[in-house]
Parts: sequence; structure tokens; C-alpha cells
Amino acid sequence: MRNISPVWKGLLLLVIAGAIGYGIGLGLDALISGALNTSGPVGAAFAILFAVTAFFFGIYGYRGITRGLVYQVVGTLLGALLITGIRALMGLDNIFGVYLFSEPAWVVGALVGVVSFLFGVGVVHDWVQWSRGIDTPEHHADEPGWEKYFGVSLDHKVIGIQYTITALVLIAIGGTFAMIFRTELAASQLQFLTTELRLFNQTGPQIYNTLMSLHGIIMIISILLGISGIMNYAVPFLVGAQDMAFPRLNAFAYWVSVPASVLMLLSLVLGGFDTGWTGYPPLSARAPVGMQMFFLGVFTAGWSSILGSLNVIATVVRLRAKGMSAMRLPILVWASVATSIIALTATQLIGLSFQLVMFQRLFGMPFFDAARGGNPVLFQHLFWFYSHPAVYVFVLPGLGVISELLPVFVRKPLFGYRWVAMSSLGIALVGFTVWAHHMFTSGMNEYLRVPFMYSTLLVAVPTGVKFFSWVATMWGGKIETPTPMLFVLGAIIVFLMGGLTGPPNAAIALDLHLHDTYWVVGHFHDTIFGGFVFPFFAAIYYWFPKATGRRMNEFWGKVHFWMMTPSFFVLTLGMMLIGLRGMRRRIVDYDPALGFDFAQLIMTIGGYLIALSVLIFIINLFHSIKHGEKAEGNLWNSRSPEWQVPSPMPVHNYDVPFEVVGEPYDYGLKDSKYVEFSPNGQKHIEFTTEPEVQPHRH
Amino acid sequence: MRRHFIIVGILVIVMSVLIYIGLDSAGLMPVVASAQAVDVDWMWNLEVIAMSFLFALIVAPLTYSLIVFRRRKGDTTDAEHMEGNTRLEIAWTIVPLFIVMAYAYLGAINLAATQRVDPQAMVVRVTGLQWDWTFEYPSVNGVTVVSKELHLPVGQQVLFRMTSNDVIHSFWVPEFRLKQDVVPGRITELRITPTLEGSYKVRCAELCGTSHAFMENPVIISSQEEFDAWFDVALDEAVTASQTPEGRGQALVSANGCAACHSINGAPGIGPTWFGLIGRTEELTDGSTVVVDEAYVHESISAPQAKIVAGFENQLMPTYSFTEEQIADIIAYITTLR
Ligand code: HEM
Ligand SMILES: [Cu+2]
Ligand SMILES: [Cu+2]
Repeated sequence: MRNISPVWKGLLLLVIAGAIGYGIGLGLDALISGALNTSGPVGAAFAILFAVTAFFFGIYGYRGITRGLVYQVVGTLLGALLITGIRALMGLDNIFGVYLFSEPAWVVGALVGVVSFLFGVGVVHDWVQWSRGIDTPEHHADEPGWEKYFGVSLDHKVIGIQYTITALVLIAIGGTFAMIFRTELAASQLQFLTTELRLFNQTGPQIYNTLMSLHGIIMIISILLGISGIMNYAVPFLVGAQDMAFPRLNAFAYWVSVPASVLMLLSLVLGGFDTGWTGYPPLSARAPVGMQMFFLGVFTAGWSSILGSLNVIATVVRLRAKGMSAMRLPILVWASVATSIIALTATQLIGLSFQLVMFQRLFGMPFFDAARGGNPVLFQHLFWFYSHPAVYVFVLPGLGVISELLPVFVRKPLFGYRWVAMSSLGIALVGFTVWAHHMFTSGMNEYLRVPFMYSTLLVAVPTGVKFFSWVATMWGGKIETPTPMLFVLGAIIVFLMGGLTGPPNAAIALDLHLHDTYWVVGHFHDTIFGGFVFPFFAAIYYWFPKATGRRMNEFWGKVHFWMMTPSFFVLTLGMMLIGLRGMRRRIVDYDPALGFDFAQLIMTIGGYLIALSVLIFIINLFHSIKHGEKAEGNLWNSRSPEWQVPSPMPVHNYDVPFEVVGEPYDYGLKDSKYVEFSPNGQKHIEFTTEPEVQPHRH
Repeated sequence: MRRHFIIVGILVIVMSVLIYIGLDSAGLMPVVASAQAVDVDWMWNLEVIAMSFLFALIVAPLTYSLIVFRRRKGDTTDAEHMEGNTRLEIAWTIVPLFIVMAYAYLGAINLAATQRVDPQAMVVRVTGLQWDWTFEYPSVNGVTVVSKELHLPVGQQVLFRMTSNDVIHSFWVPEFRLKQDVVPGRITELRITPTLEGSYKVRCAELCGTSHAFMENPVIISSQEEFDAWFDVALDEAVTASQTPEGRGQALVSANGCAACHSINGAPGIGPTWFGLIGRTEELTDGSTVVVDEAYVHESISAPQAKIVAGFENQLMPTYSFTEEQIADIIAYITTLR
């Protein structure tokens, strides 16, 4: 066993434990229902829980994430058993059901599981010690090499990479789901998701609904984690801090996202849910238990998002280097602040709206039940009050990456720095006033729709400022196009497509045609790819050398770009085309008479090519960690402080602190410097002690 | 530099015109089959103009820069230093502001045009249910025609007054353009004036569960005469049916969409089949059994949650507000199914 690589060991254990879990689940199910349901939910739920845990055990042993997962599994079962016991004592019937436990038992179990995970992984250890009056040092030495990524680390660079890798894993899972249903959609009629199929208690069309819904929400969570990855990794060193303002809270925010992801996977097997990521009642009040796992998963991921954004804001406010005034902040930092303001203040609303549906299901409180005085449209207002601003949470950091990298590869200052910085704030603020543009058909007050049309179109103005500034930055430059720059350019054009297809949706009468069609699906895939996916790849290609001291392979990077970009255009232009012509959103099958078969086939092929290109990227990423060309210096010839020190960076970023002495993007200005390293550069922190801003304790 | 600006200016114009012509001639929208569709397409055309121009305005200079301002081999110097231009920034903030506000204004006018009210409009009551549509026409002498196909005469405005029995659905005929959600507990309205004879489909546009994709019913637009002929036949059938209890029961069943869950031929469904229901022995969730009689069926309709047949504990039947006579009619109808 000694000389097998940990990954193979993990995979081996995954298979074995999965089989054991499946067996146990099947047995329990048979015991209770008296029938052997081989494709049922219980066996699958146990298989998933056991397999994931065993995988990490194989890789990393019983510590860190593995211990967290073991605690989560045990906590979930104990919580569920507790409620089951109480229900039995109360003399309720149906204490067991098709999902083994009843719905309340699963909900409480899932909550207990999440909290147990946090204890198991060790991220609350310091706080527990403090509550007992024991002081703990902040400086834990991380393990060398890859192992530190599987346990609790307080280093923002480690946490940033943990976020990034988790985001990539979720993108892979969500992408796989998409490829499954894209394959089904390649031709009209049901091919393999048929009505006879039975999987996890779901028929083919139900599986489609679950996969489609999970694709949406898993991708959204991966975006939230992806931007946290970028912000956590880059913001502290961009502002010259040693770490985030609250390193323990930072680790906590990351680690809650792991049990959240497990809940999402559980929702697939616990009957799934058929509402899409929007979870509108009354449908969501009727869906299977999977719905509750989805709600709890979003709830937990939202928790991560709120705490993470709090930390970003505190860091930027309190830990900037000497001389880093507001108008000398790197533009990505501005974007991160704007994003964090939204995430900090709006996320509560999606949590609230989902919580109300949870309570409607659990306690019969009829918030959205029209038959008992509730109002289903109210849910949509609460939901979109977060979820529209959220779309800007997704894209503002990515737009920040575009503005941050563009000057480096154009060798010219960012055109109109102040305007670009302020446009992020402008978008964030106006974004709070437009939510009802998702509800033009909903039956809301007819006349109130008009002000929302005005406010929505207003968002186009600050968005336009960014585009004009990017074009003006490129104009007259000396443009280089290594892989990160290719992705920046792709991002600009794709985001442009997304931005231009937005205003038609804002024109109310026209939206009454466009709403809930593939046109909208095309619109938001463009905005999200342009505003997040392309910039995310750009950021990874760009900062990879900073993290590893090696660069990713250029040739395969270009293959990735040139394979993904055209395929993506084919996919989304196809979506918009068929949407205009009558393709509804979220359908497992379409009327052959509409004549969409050929377009759908081409789109599916495009989808596969995107998946292949991302696979190439992932292989390139992991291969380059060990075998990439060495790049320890200022590879991109950037003015930014992190590139003035060798890669990879030391634990507390800068051995000698820096002072800001110029503008961030003054490329082409002779003898100008952005930062100067000097021992009195750091405004706030002495090196050997903890940051001044730290949680109060007694 | 001046030369560059002129070339790019020309490129922007040429590119916008080409894109516009391309998009316009591609025929992106479905056929126009309603008066409202004309208005919607007018707005769409305005948007296509804006999209073509703005796309060219950004992409042409961007591509031009990529080619003309690319770094030459061996050059390691930076580009000319240029930080910004406040006047330009103000211009490209203010001008778009006016443009988008103009678009919003036009959008409001356009919305008003699609909502024009014809006081003579025929009222059709629409019910959405998992997963079917029913259409109720204005009553004649107390008898109502209820149909699963939407028949409409050309050239006359129709006011749909819509509601849902269960979850949210959305009424959409792409050829008519406008769509409207159908929401339980409230009545939403939509006005359409069909202008083109033909057959179309109303397609549910709001995700409503398992068979959402298949929630499509025929829409037939015909001349007034053909419509009247269809209506007379349908009315006759309704009159005949209304004279027997089981006929009235059947009409109620189809108006309320019971068949979406209960089959009448023994096929499995979301609820128990009605075939051979009276006299059948059912096992309940609490383990007891009942022999179905009229009293049991009455209770199942008026208080659906009182007794639940084993195997259906995860499905929730909605509560209806039927009168005693109506329930008796429905029972009469169910009794005929054997
Ligand atoms: C000027 C820019 C934009 C305008 C005017 C605009 C307008 C709209 C409107 C009116 C809708 C609702 C359409 C419908 O459901 O009928 C919509 C949907 C959507 N937009 Fe945008 N949008 C813009 C940019 C963006 C950006 C930057 C994002 C960022 C990711 C975005 C993401 C989305 C998403 C995710 C949806 C669909 C949500 C869902 O129903 O699941 N949009 N947009
Ligand atoms: Cu929105
Ligand atoms: Cu539907």
C-alpha cells in the first residue's frame, strides 16, 4: 500500500466504501419498506456519503476534511435518528418513509451534519478554546506541499486556492449534469430519460428536472466560490496586507461551503427537486425531500458568502499599505468591495425566502399558499431582491480581473481609472432597484412594471462605461496576447453579447415574448461566461506562476481558448435563436414540429467541445504544478506589488512591506513606480504579532 | 491617429449595417398571428438596431486595435502613456443615458399599445393545471362550453381570464408573442387579437413539474363562420350532457382537470384510478382497508386529506369547493366507469 499514489488509494477506497454504503442503505431500506429497491434513494444516499468520505480518507488519512466528513455523516444520522425517535414517542405515524427518514428528520439531520462537519474539520477549534479561556496562537505552521489544502489553514493564499479548486470540482460536477441533459436534448422525443426510467425514485423527466435544477445551483455556488477564490487569493497581497482581517473567520467561511456541496449532492438522490434554481412555490412546496436539501445547501453556501464578503470589506478598509488611498487601489480591489457590499447585504433575502418555504413545508405556515391566504408572487419579490443583485456578485470580480489585466498586456494605463472604479459601485447600487424585471409576466401590478424597466435600462450606462474604457485602453497600445490576455479578450466580447441581449428583456412587452425561453438562457450564459468563466480562467493562467513558481503550458492554454470560444458562441447563439422561435426554458423535450432538431444537435456538439476544452485546462493545470516551465520572477512584467517579489510568495506575503508611491497602471510613464519596498511601509501591522484587527475575546 | 479614427469609424458603420441586414433577413421571430405581435416585433426591430450598432461600436475598434496596435517582435517598450479623458468619459456616460431613457420611454409606449382594450372582447376563462389547459367559453342559457382546444375567431379581441388549480403555469402562444403567468389564488388577464388563421399551440412557459414540457394544447384560429359552427356543435354536446347527472359530472371533471391525476381506464397515475372505483377495496396509509362507496368518494372529494390510499402519501390532492349537487354529479359520473 505504501507506494500507491494517494489519489489511486482514494479512488480505490471510494469504490469500496461506495459499495458498502450502498449495501447498508439497501438493507435498511429493505428492512423498513419490505422491498428491495435497487435504484432507490436510500442506497444511493448512503453510497454517496460513504464514498466521498472514503475518498478523502485514502488521500489524506483521518484528519482535516476527512474528519469533517465523518462527523457530518455521523451528525446527520444522529440528528435524523433523534427526530425520528421524538416522532415515534409522539405517536406520529410515517416515522419512516421512502427516503428512510421523514422530511423533518432529514432537515434536522442535515443541519446537525453541517455543524458537526465544522467541528470535525477543526475550524472552530480556536474559538472553542477561547471560550474555555485558553489562548491560541494565530500562527499555525502549514504542512508543506499539497497536504495543507486538505485541512484548516489560516493563510489567505491557501484558502484562496482551496476555494478555487472547490469551484473547479463543482464546475466539473455541474458541467457533467449539463452534458447529460444536453445529450437528451440533442434530438426531439425522449431518448434515455424516458418515462419508464426509475432512478432515485424519479422518472426520466423528473431526473431531467433535477439535473437541470442542480446544474443551475451548483454552477452558481461554484461561481460564488470561484470569486471568493480570486478575492481571497489576490486582495490581501494587492493591498499589501499579510492576510485577511479575520483569518479564522476566513477559514470558517471556506469550510462551510464543503458540507453545503455535500447537501446539494444529497438532494439529487433524495427524490430530487423539480423547480429550477429559482425554487418558486407552490411547486417547491410540493417537491420531494430533495427540495429541503437544496434549500439547506443554498442557506449554508450563503452563510459562506456573507462571512467572506465581510472579511473582504474589513481587509480593504483596515489593512491597506501606507499610501494606498482610495484612488490608488488596484481596480480588482474596487470590484471586490462592490461585490462584497452586495453579497453582505442581499444574500439574507434568498435565505429568508427559502426559509419561509421550508417552514411552510415543515410547520404548515402558509406564507405562499394561496388557498390559505398566502401569496405565491411575494416569494418572487423576496427571491429576486437577492438574486438580481447576485448576478452582479457573479460578474463584478470578473470585470475587475479584465480591468486589472488589460493594462498589463496592452502596456498602457487603464483608461479612466476613476470611472471604471465608480462604475462598479454604480452597478452595485442600481442593481438593487431592478429585481422585478424577472417578474414582468408574474401577475404583479401592471403599472409598477414600468419603473423597473427604467431602472433596468439604467444599469446599461455604468456597464457601457466599462466597455468604452476597455476599448480606449487597447487603442494605441502595444498589445500582447499570451493565454491570460486571450481569455480577457474573449471575456470582453462574450460579456458584450450578454450585455446587449439584456435590454430587449427590459422592454416589457418584448420580454413577455422572451421570458422563460432559451433566449434568456442564452443571455445569461453569455453574461456569466463573459463576466465570470472567461475572467476566472484568465486569472488562473495569470496568477498560477505566483502560486507555484511555474507557468501553465502556453500551447495547451491556447488550445483551450480556441476550442472553447467558438463552441461557446455556437451554443449560446443557438440558444437565443431557438428561444426567439418558441423554445421554452427548462423542458426535457420539445415539439418536433418546431424544427429545432438540427440546431439542438449542433448545440450539443458545441457543449461537448466546451467540456473537452475544460478537461484540457484541468489536465494542464495539474500537470504544470510539477512540470511547468519555471517562472519565479515578474513573468508578465507587471507593476503590481505581488510581482515585485519572487514566486511562490512566502506565508505572510511580503518580507519587507511596501509603500505606495505612484499610480497602479502608469505603464509607459518613465521612471514611475507603483510601490516601493521599505521597512516602514506597512501601516497597520507589526510582523511578529497578530493583526491589530482581531476578534474580541474573553 | 486621425487616419485610424476614420478607418474605424467606417468599419463601425459598415459592420452595423451588415449585422442589421443579417439579423433582419434571418426572420428570427415566429409568424405574426396577432395584432399584439406586430407591436412586439416593432420593439424587437428597434432593439436589433441598437444591438447591431453597439456590437459594431465595441468589436470593430477592439479588433482593429488587436491587429494594428499589436506588439511588434522584439519591441520591449511600453506604449504611449495616456490616462484618460474626462470629457470623453462624460460624453459616454451622458449620451447612453439619454439613449436608454429614450428606449425605456418607447418601451412604455409599446407596452401600452399591446394592452389596448376592446370593450367588445370575448371573455374566455382559462385554467392551467398539472399538466393540461381548459378553456371555458361564455355561457349560453346557463350552459357552458368547456374545451381542451382553444378555438378562436380571427379578428376579434379575446380577454383571457386565467387561473391555476395547483402551481404556477404560463400561457404562451409564440405566434401571439405575449405571455402571462397563471397563478393559483388569483386571476390574471391577457388580451390577444388573433389575426392569422391557422393552428398553433399554447405552450406552458413556467416550469410546473414533471410533465411541464408536454403541457401543450392546440389553438385553432378560424374564420368567424367556422368558429360559430364549431361552437354550435360544442354547445349542443354541452346541453345534452347537462341533462344527465353523469354528463354534468363529466363536464365538471374535465373543467377541473381531475384527469391529470386520475385515469378513467385503470392506468396508474398520480392519484388512484377511477376505473372500477365504486366497490373496490382500498388499503389506507394507516393500514386499515375500506370498501369504496358513495360516502367514501364524497369524503375524498370534499376533504381529500381525510383518508389517503397507501402508496399516495407523497401526493397532495387540492381541495375544491363543489356544491353538494356537483359532488353528486361527479359521483354519478365515476359510477359509470367500470
Ligand atoms: C445591461 C445589462 C443587462 C440587462 C438590461 C439585463 C436584463 C435582464 C432581464 C430583464 C432579465 C429577465 C429576463 C426574463 O427572465 O424574461 C434578465 C435575466 C437574467 N440576467 Fe440579465 N441583464 C443584464 C445583464 C446581466 C448581467 C451582467 C448578468 C450577470 C450574470 C445577468 C444575468 C442574468 C441572469 C442569470 C438572468 C436569468 C435569471 C433566471 O431567470 O434564472 N444579466 N436579464
Ligand atoms: Cu436581473
Ligand atoms: Cu408548465
